[in-house]
Amino acid sequence: MSASATAPQTDATEPEAMFRTEGLTKVYDSGLTKVHALAGVDLELFGGELAVLLGPSGSGKSTLLNILGGLDHASAGRVWFRDLELTGLGDRGLTRYRRDHVGFVFQFYNLVASLTARENVQLVTDVARDPMSPEEALEQVGLGARMDHFPAEMSGGEQQRVAIARAIAKRPEVLLCDEPTGALDSKTGVQVLEALRDINDRLGTTTAVITHNAEIRRMAHRVIWFRDGQIERIETNAHRIAPADIHW
Amino acid sequence: MDALDKKLLRDFRRLWAQALAIALVLACGVAILMTTFGMYGALEDTRAAYYERNRFADVFAGANRAPDSLLSEIRAIPGVRQAEARVVKHVILDIPGRVETVTGRMISLPETGAPLLNRPVLRSGRLPDPAATGEVAVNEPFADANGLRPGDSFTANMGGRKRVLTLTGTLLSPEFIYTIGPGAMMPDAETFGILWVPARVADAAFDMQGAFNDVTLKLDPRAPEAQVIDRLDILLDPYGGTGAHGRAIQTSHSFVDAEIEQLRSTAMILPPIFFGITAFLVGMVIGRIIALERAEIGLLKAIGYSDAEICVHYLMLAGLVAVVGTLLGWAVGTWLSGALARLYAQFFDFPYLIYRVAYDAYAISGLLALASAALGAARSALHAARLAPATAMSPPAPPRFSRGLLDRALSRLRLSQPVMMILRSLMRWPLRSGLTTLGLSLAVAVLVASSFFSDALDTILDKAFYQSNRQHAMLLFSPGLRDDALQDVANLPGVLVAEGQQFQPATLRHGHLEKDTAIEARAPGADLSRIVDAAGHVIDAPPGAILLSERLAAQLEARPGDVIAIEFPDGRDEIHHLPVAGLVTQYVGLGAYVDSSTLDRLKRQSPRITAANLLIDDAALPQLHATLKDTPELSGLVMLTRMRRSFEDTIRRNVTTMTTVYISIAVLITVGVAYNGARIQLSERARELASLRILGFTRGEVSFVLIGETMLLALLAQPLGWALGSLIAAALARGSASDLYSVPLVLEPAGFARASLVVLAASLAAALLVRRRLDRLDLVAVMKTRE
Repeated sequence: MSASATAPQTDATEPEAMFRTEGLTKVYDSGLTKVHALAGVDLELFGGELAVLLGPSGSGKSTLLNILGGLDHASAGRVWFRDLELTGLGDRGLTRYRRDHVGFVFQFYNLVASLTARENVQLVTDVARDPMSPEEALEQVGLGARMDHFPAEMSGGEQQRVAIARAIAKRPEVLLCDEPTGALDSKTGVQVLEALRDINDRLGTTTAVITHNAEIRRMAHRVIWFRDGQIERIETNAHRIAPADIHW
Repeated sequence: MDALDKKLLRDFRRLWAQALAIALVLACGVAILMTTFGMYGALEDTRAAYYERNRFADVFAGANRAPDSLLSEIRAIPGVRQAEARVVKHVILDIPGRVETVTGRMISLPETGAPLLNRPVLRSGRLPDPAATGEVAVNEPFADANGLRPGDSFTANMGGRKRVLTLTGTLLSPEFIYTIGPGAMMPDAETFGILWVPARVADAAFDMQGAFNDVTLKLDPRAPEAQVIDRLDILLDPYGGTGAHGRAIQTSHSFVDAEIEQLRSTAMILPPIFFGITAFLVGMVIGRIIALERAEIGLLKAIGYSDAEICVHYLMLAGLVAVVGTLLGWAVGTWLSGALARLYAQFFDFPYLIYRVAYDAYAISGLLALASAALGAARSALHAARLAPATAMSPPAPPRFSRGLLDRALSRLRLSQPVMMILRSLMRWPLRSGLTTLGLSLAVAVLVASSFFSDALDTILDKAFYQSNRQHAMLLFSPGLRDDALQDVANLPGVLVAEGQQFQPATLRHGHLEKDTAIEARAPGADLSRIVDAAGHVIDAPPGAILLSERLAAQLEARPGDVIAIEFPDGRDEIHHLPVAGLVTQYVGLGAYVDSSTLDRLKRQSPRITAANLLIDDAALPQLHATLKDTPELSGLVMLTRMRRSFEDTIRRNVTTMTTVYISIAVLITVGVAYNGARIQLSERARELASLRILGFTRGEVSFVLIGETMLLALLAQPLGWALGSLIAAALARGSASDLYSVPLVLEPAGFARASLVVLAASLAAALLVRRRLDRLDLVAVMKTRE
């Protein structure tokens, strides 16, 4: 049950810790009850790795992702993105952090219905510091021919790939994916996973994927198991398989 | 263009029906504000310029006959910059081709040709030659109404002799912006005109050589008007001075004042209602959109858009609605201003046209429109900005319903489930339901207030024309005649009945308060012209006492039993005292009434008449007029039958226009509020309503839930609307009151009923429009959505 883990063996130098948490805690107070979503998590995520976060509903995976992505504040503990302490930032600081460094992919795509695929990606390129063009991002996920279609005109898989293109268009160092295949059938889901693997391989983007689907863990560098707001164990995959070989 | 801007425009397009409904309400507010505010400014500015350029006098005074030499003493009064004396007399005119007797006010022009004060504007032709004896200029509306052009001739009965006068030109004068003849209620350019003749002609005709009977003064800017008036009164008193006064009670000026005041109160009362409703509707719609777009908001924040950017995005959506409403309002307002200007041109004789709307009217109305939309959206937009990204992307908790007292009471009633759904929804969102009810009640209120106007005018007409004054015509004599002349009047062709009365100018004092008015003296039992109180009782002034109209009594702070001091401008310096016998509710003028024998006693004169009220046989009218044109003593003639008809026609036209406008406004408000409310309801409850359909409820049963909530709120709005409407009507009635007239607060049940009918019908129509969307709900798609 080693909590410290080794980075992907790409080179002999010390792997860079993209994220580091110390005693990370999150309590939701809904007035009537307190929910301890995270109960003191210590974790490191390394540059260039693809990590899969697994665990039952309510185990704290999404909460951790939200805090790493600067979408939510911790109740206690500390979080660093490289040298930047996220827990010390206010809303404005977190917005800047998200704008400059983080790409998100969600279960229900969250595309803006009144914008085309290209325009959805443009939402990001309008505010990013050094983005790639929307066309280039969509080409990378294989949707070069569907740029001017609206979400309603696309299948679930295509929509999710637009969401991925939107996430990578800003050239983020980090890609956080919350159940990216949760709303898709297995065939389409595999397509999405291939896109994520491809980006992780080519661009070296540190990628964290939350999923219920344990099969997906086989494509990760490391697998982090959650239970009751804490990390139960971390496994390293000696061999990673291609998404096309994953079946569910 | 930014992707976010594209989203903004596309969202706006998607919302077009709701946005349009709101924009129309906003447009009403903008249009009314722009029009009234713009016209208010235009009237004020035009009048000020006119007065300035044409040297409109500050003080006016009349007398019986004062020597020209008095003028130097008048000029010497401290504060007087200029004084001009003239001869002003009433004349009877015989216009070729016109059967009716026409009266006029004849004013002398100085030897130099053009007057120094109250300079008329030459509209055509030229001024009469000072040396000529048969030349005259008349006011332009009179010339136009009678088809007179320079070169035409007509006969005038001046001081007992008929003279032929030839028109040399037409004029407009700042003294007669509102031109109304003695005893008349409205301008009638056909039967009353202003004439200007050279001084020597007037002097000769009226035996006024070396004398004047009218003087006007221009004061230094900081001169104390009251003191000048007092000094002037003292100087004119020995010569029968009738009491000097300032601009405030100069007839034309005071009518224009009253109109300006009414514009101001309309501008203050109506637009805020529209802006308030707009703010509420915008808030409701934007709030709903933000609720629907929670996840998108979370996403935008996740991407890295700041709180400010998101807040501005939604504010701009509200801004787009405001822009549409403002542009519509400006267009309507510009047209309305033109229409109003044309209306004013009918009544007011300004030499320049008041078409332009001041730029600040556009700017202010536009800014207020933007502000109300922004205010309405502010709360929701700020809420969106403050949504934590993680919270935004998780589905919202279902609305909290709990069993409260009201619930338990309701369940005892054993109402059907759909009815329970309606009632619980109202209770769950009390603020929104309350504001929707308020919005609808304002629509009702607008209609109630507008029907008040027409009902009030009907009442005034009835009182003034049918109950109090039943005569066909009134002859005015100045100076008065001995009352046995009444027999001669009765013998005029066509006269069936003749009754005499007196109008006597007087100053009434009570304590430190005083008021100049005309005392009316009648014989007891007068039938054609009577004093009728608000309850409809005919009252006679008891001998030895005075009756006051309520408004006059209020101005003098007098009550029945108090003693009033009365002074006549006859140079005698006598003060008489009469006790107040009672008060009479009147709508027009400031009336004071005594028995004719009482007046004769006070003035120590033999019984006299200054007016005769007649019942006339229509068939003999031409002969009557022919005879009247030869009656030298006649100083004025009022054909009441004609006046009634003309008044009624004008009122009817204006009321029809006003009613149409107000109904449109009320419908726009109602549709705006009800339509948006129903759309939002549908949006919030789409899943619920789809579930009902899937369970087997028919379309009709499901629409009952949707329409039922809207109509229930509309019903609840009625009593509130009646109450608000009555308050607004009372405010408008108060705001319209002046010395000239007051508007009674008349609220008929029919007015309330009409208001309710319109609003309920419009609410139903709006709800039915939304029902069509309900019928087209894709049940499966709706059930699939995350919410």
